[in-house]
Amino acid sequence: MIDVLYFAWVRERIGLPKEQVETTAATVADLVAELELREERYAAAFEDISALRVAVDQELCDFDTPLAGVREVAFFPPMTGG
Amino acid sequence: MTVRIQAASFDLGAEVQGFAAKQTEAGAVVNFTGIVRNTAAGDLDRMEIEHYPGMTEIALAGIDAKATQRWSLKDSLIIHRFGTLRPGDMIMMVATASPHRVDAFEAAQYLMDYLKSRAPFWKKEFTTDGAEWVEAKPIDEKALTRWQ
Repeated sequence: MIDVLYFAWVRERIGLPKEQVETTAATVADLVAELELREERYAAAFEDISALRVAVDQELCDFDTPLAGVREVAFFPPMTGG
Repeated sequence: MTVRIQAASFDLGAEVQGFAAKQTEAGAVVNFTGIVRNTAAGDLDRMEIEHYPGMTEIALAGIDAKATQRWSLKDSLIIHRFGTLRPGDMIMMVATASPHRVDAFEAAQYLMDYLKSRAPFWKKEFTTDGAEWVEAKPIDEKALTRWQ
């Protein structure tokens, strides 16, 4: 079970900030592929992966990052701090 | 090093004064303050800033640790707000302290450059035309290349 978090317009498109996902996905990209198949709102959020960033256990990562032992994955658009 | 993520406003004068006053090994303090800029049309009602609690603190501590390795940085203070802000409100501040001014200036710029595109904050602008997420600018990403 992995906690999956969504921020900014990713959260708005999917319609929730956080959910627990039962998955056997090996990598972040595999998890995205699983989520995309769920419903249209997920497909809409993950339509253009190049517009997204991902953090694995609160650290910025690539989409090919393995999920073994991971507790938390977050998806969000490029950050706009400052 | 101090990082504070908060919804409340902060007293810029008191923060910078307090930061400068506690330095014992520094000869230079630099401060940068970011405020909510109105749109070109002047119709910004408010800005809402969202962040990723937990990761925000980790990301900022990591950026600060890299700055400390690179420059003779004796101390730093980062305050970043979240929630609803109005035009002219202070969003964030960075203060750096070093023995000489070049390190304080450069470290402050470094912290700002990384904070803009590597700390998990997102801004949404609400104008009379509706609401829109602020998009990351290529120039902000490009700013990081000068430190690599």
